[in-house]
Amino acid sequence: MTTEIQPAPGATRKRRVRSATSLTRSSGIGLGLAVTWFSLLVLIPLALVVIQSADGGWQTFRDTLTNSQTAAALRLTVTQALIVTLVNVVFGTLIAWVLVRDHFWGKRILEVIIDIPFALPTIVAGLVLLSLYGPDSPIGINVANTERSVFLALLFVTLPFVVRTVEPVLLELDPEVEEAAASLGASRFTTLRRILLPALAPAITAGAALSFARGISEYGSLVLLSGNLPNKTEVASVRILTYIENGNEAAAASVAVLLLGVALIAIILLQVLTSVVSKRA
Amino acid sequence: MPSRIRQPKTAGTYVRRGLVITYLFLLVAWPVSLVVKHTFDGGLDNLQTALSDPDVVFALQLTVYVAVWAVVINTVFGVGVSLLLVRYNFPGRGILSALIDLPLSVSPIVVGLALLLTYGSTNGLLGPSLKDAGIQVAFAPLGIILATAFVSLPLVIRELVPVLHEIGTDQEQAARSLGAGPWQTFRRITLPSVKWALVYGVVLSLARSLGEFGAVKIMSGNIAGQTQTATLSVEEKYQDFQQGTAYATSFLLALIAVAALVVVSVLRPKESPDGD
Amino acid sequence: MGIEIRGINKFFGDFVALEDINLSIPSGQLTALLGPSGGGKSTLLRIIAGLESSDSGTVEIEGVDTTNVPAQKRNVGFVFQHYAAFKHMTVAKNIAFGLEIRKRPKQEVKDRVQELLKLVHLEQWSDRLPSQLSGGQRQRMALARALAIEPSVLLLDEPFGALDAKVRKELRDWLRRLHDEVHVTTVFVTHDQEEALEVSDSLVVINEGRIEQIGSPDDLYDRPASDFVLSFLGPVTRLGDHLIRPHDIEISRYEQAATATGKISRWTRVGFEIRLEVTPDDTLHPDPIQVVVTRAEATALGLHDGDQVWLRPQAGVEPVRG
Ligand SMILES: Nc1ncnc2c1ncn2[C@@H]1O[C@H](COP(=O)(O)OP(=O)(O)OP(=O)(O)O)[C@@H](O)[C@H]1O
Ligand SMILES: [Mg+2]
Repeated sequence: MTTEIQPAPGATRKRRVRSATSLTRSSGIGLGLAVTWFSLLVLIPLALVVIQSADGGWQTFRDTLTNSQTAAALRLTVTQALIVTLVNVVFGTLIAWVLVRDHFWGKRILEVIIDIPFALPTIVAGLVLLSLYGPDSPIGINVANTERSVFLALLFVTLPFVVRTVEPVLLELDPEVEEAAASLGASRFTTLRRILLPALAPAITAGAALSFARGISEYGSLVLLSGNLPNKTEVASVRILTYIENGNEAAAASVAVLLLGVALIAIILLQVLTSVVSKRA
Repeated sequence: MPSRIRQPKTAGTYVRRGLVITYLFLLVAWPVSLVVKHTFDGGLDNLQTALSDPDVVFALQLTVYVAVWAVVINTVFGVGVSLLLVRYNFPGRGILSALIDLPLSVSPIVVGLALLLTYGSTNGLLGPSLKDAGIQVAFAPLGIILATAFVSLPLVIRELVPVLHEIGTDQEQAARSLGAGPWQTFRRITLPSVKWALVYGVVLSLARSLGEFGAVKIMSGNIAGQTQTATLSVEEKYQDFQQGTAYATSFLLALIAVAALVVVSVLRPKESPDGD
Repeated sequence: MGIEIRGINKFFGDFVALEDINLSIPSGQLTALLGPSGGGKSTLLRIIAGLESSDSGTVEIEGVDTTNVPAQKRNVGFVFQHYAAFKHMTVAKNIAFGLEIRKRPKQEVKDRVQELLKLVHLEQWSDRLPSQLSGGQRQRMALARALAIEPSVLLLDEPFGALDAKVRKELRDWLRRLHDEVHVTTVFVTHDQEEALEVSDSLVVINEGRIEQIGSPDDLYDRPASDFVLSFLGPVTRLGDHLIRPHDIEISRYEQAATATGKISRWTRVGFEIRLEVTPDDTLHPDPIQVVVTRAEATALGLHDGDQVWLRPQAGVEPVRG
């Protein structure tokens, strides 16, 4: 069995015609080139991070992760990413719902707004948030240099993930299924709980995994906003950067490997869920 | 099946709509509009100051140069890999397709670290030998291009693969049976079918490339006028209390990215992805 | 009793989808709504089910005015053309859904589901997901799901529309037999006149939002109220001043009292039938006249392509004025 890159889960429903052929000579050369480039750019460098973290031995690894400042940074990062992911699950699904099911003037504008956090440079994202929620806030809310700023920045940069994975699935849902449930006596709420949510769940989880992976690895949007205060607003990426700047690459690699591991779990979760969805469709 | 507007609008409809609009307004629309407003606080002064600062101008030029290279590399690589993944069978295809997504989930700082460990001039794995061969990677434009290409690598592929799956091989086989060679088939049949997905993938890559910060910060050395990109210059100017310049540079960066995205989402035909 | 529909009007914007529909559907019967695409059949069915609201008029089901009762409370079984299966639930779960909503005891639900699985011949598929079933099986599942709640009326919107001809024919016979067993008041939409004529106790022909005729299949076929009904229920051709069905024309190679004469200009054999086109000698008929005979008749009459023939309505057939 092979896994494939899937479109957003459930985005396409037509049966796929798989008619892949074996490699020809020229496509073989192409594959060789592609894999070489991918190795040079991505695989070897990431492997070196893993090797570097093992280099210092188990001791360095453990020392680094139990260093109180690093541990605090990791705790903050994972906690905030989890909270943000939860908010995204609720609001992302709600936004997708409104974008698909509601019709009103200006909906196109909302579609563009959803994509802005993805298009905006992260450093600019920080600046953007600072202008409304910073010291010069026109509404008197200043979250700069507090834990809330981390929450806010992550919320901003992860906005599109759940929305964009749920939207196509919702679009494909047959409204007749809901009508069938209604004619069988199900209330709106029961239909939501027993029919809609189970159908959307894989897409929501997939979006959540992406949102979480992005959340724990965020750096740029926090630079201007959070102040990187040790034990308070410093996130894992900033810790890694500090270790790099201090020439402690082994420690940097240890934290990095931990982040990579968490991200990898998120990806695997995503692949599994996607294949569950495509089997059902 | 006709798409019907069935659900009558209830109070809930308006509550949900209100909630979503408020949320997006507070989180995105208002803050973004404030940056635009700050940029034009003193008329065009901020933009003029920024554009007369040689470091800023250099940073913008470097950013565009780097982004263009990264996008070109990712497009060539992306089209090739997408075709390989969808149209060919080879051992390890599943693994490759899973690994391709990896860069999206790696922290930019970790990307920087990884590239430094490989291409660092003194103690990187390949850096010193490349340096002996006269190729400077780290703290040079080449390193910035690598960092940028890394973070935006999967974007073209993610757009192309589903569409390639969707259109299947019927048309391509028909073209082959009519005597078209592989290149002709690609150019005249496959490419037009995936045109919009490709354009969208390219625009996403471009936006991501223009905006990369963390990985570039580590790989570039961040020297103003030499290896400092636009996003790095925003950070420096802001912390240097030249906030007007920071806003103006941010505005320019955001403008390119958002404009490209808006243009594509407006131009892109909604339904049929195969363009017929 | 059954379903009483009075004075229903339905607009989509300023488009009139249904205009002053009055219809009474007797209890326990199998009624077909027949008509061309876009005529308003689905709209009417959905209004009965409460899935769409009418702009005026009332709907009564089994003596209860349900005009303002939401779909959830109408106890109507609805079967959709594209099955509307709950994809994440097994066949058994799908069928049990309505009963679970009604909070029936577990054992009762189980027994009822078994009973229905048997009724629709899906016993061995009960643990499958809908995606693992064929189209025909899915539709039987959808039917069982609708029947599970013991609906006061069963409504089917082109239930066999998405299936191929053979399965369609099987399911149609099966629906007839099922109805004879269950006897629930049933309305089903189709635009296949053969299906309607074959299965239903009574027929309602709807065109452009209006009812053209209501009656038994025989009534409609033999005594169509309008040219529209006549031509919708089967092929017609013009003979003299009248519209007539091609197989109701008496054809002869020998001179006799005739409504028209002409030459056989085309000869198509379709199975046991032979379809003839006769080019008339007069200029009264703008188009060739269509005649259908069986193969045995053609042989008995000694017909050949190119023959000169005499045509008239068969004895006892009353052609409709055209
Ligand atoms: N929600 C809606 N909005 C606007 N027009 C509609 C809507 N639903 C139906 N119509 C229109 O009302 C008319 C009747 O539609 P309806 O679906 O009842 O036809 P039908 O007889 O079931 O046709 P078919 O055999 O093709 O299913 C059509 O012209 C259709 O375009
Ligand atoms: Mg219909």
